[in-house]
Amino acid sequence: MKITIGRNDYDRIVEYALKERPNEACGLIAGTDRDDGIREIKKVYLLTNIDHTNEHFSIDPREQLKSIKDMRANGLTPLGNWHSHPESPSRPSEEDKRLANDSSASYLILSLENEDEPVLNAFHVEGEQGQRSVRKEELIIKEDEDV
Amino acid sequence: MVITVGGNKKEVEDGLTVAKLIELENVETPEYVTVSVNEEFIDQEDFEIHALKEGDEIEFLYFMGGGA
Repeated sequence: MKITIGRNDYDRIVEYALKERPNEACGLIAGTDRDDGIREIKKVYLLTNIDHTNEHFSIDPREQLKSIKDMRANGLTPLGNWHSHPESPSRPSEEDKRLANDSSASYLILSLENEDEPVLNAFHVEGEQGQRSVRKEELIIKEDEDV
Repeated sequence: MVITVGGNKKEVEDGLTVAKLIELENVETPEYVTVSVNEEFIDQEDFEIHALKEGDEIEFLYFMGGGA
């Protein structure tokens, strides 16, 4: 699957994740699944990691609820979530896979391992617990004039 | 009675509990679901006893978390 994110939204995620270091940062993504099969992120939500650690994240359920209502009010579809790996690569950890319970979601992971070169990848996770398979999605960062 | 689930109005039997609604809605992996009724979160241990009322607005929120 191809998934697109605007440069401005990408920059907001990176800026927020850098600010939240050393802890992981997290949030939600929303947008549309277009008829041509492209998943288009139209809004990113920068939410609170209530674990406040560099090894785990849990999205604040109150902020999650508020975000879901905002998506509905704006005609957006929940597309998945994003989180940062302050010190590790942009790939799902075993815990990420275990907690990826929505096979329709896109899971974006931003690595800040190299602060000067953040890496954002999108993944699709499916299958039963213990047998989860991960597929990398083609993530395209669209320049603002293209969005 | 009429309640709203995830933004959609539904007709359900009076006194339906949160636990019964979870069954009715075929909620997957309910152990990872947080339920809010009128923006108040319901403790999982109360799912069996919390009876819904006419006009309640219910949201199912999947726990979202992970590691590094």
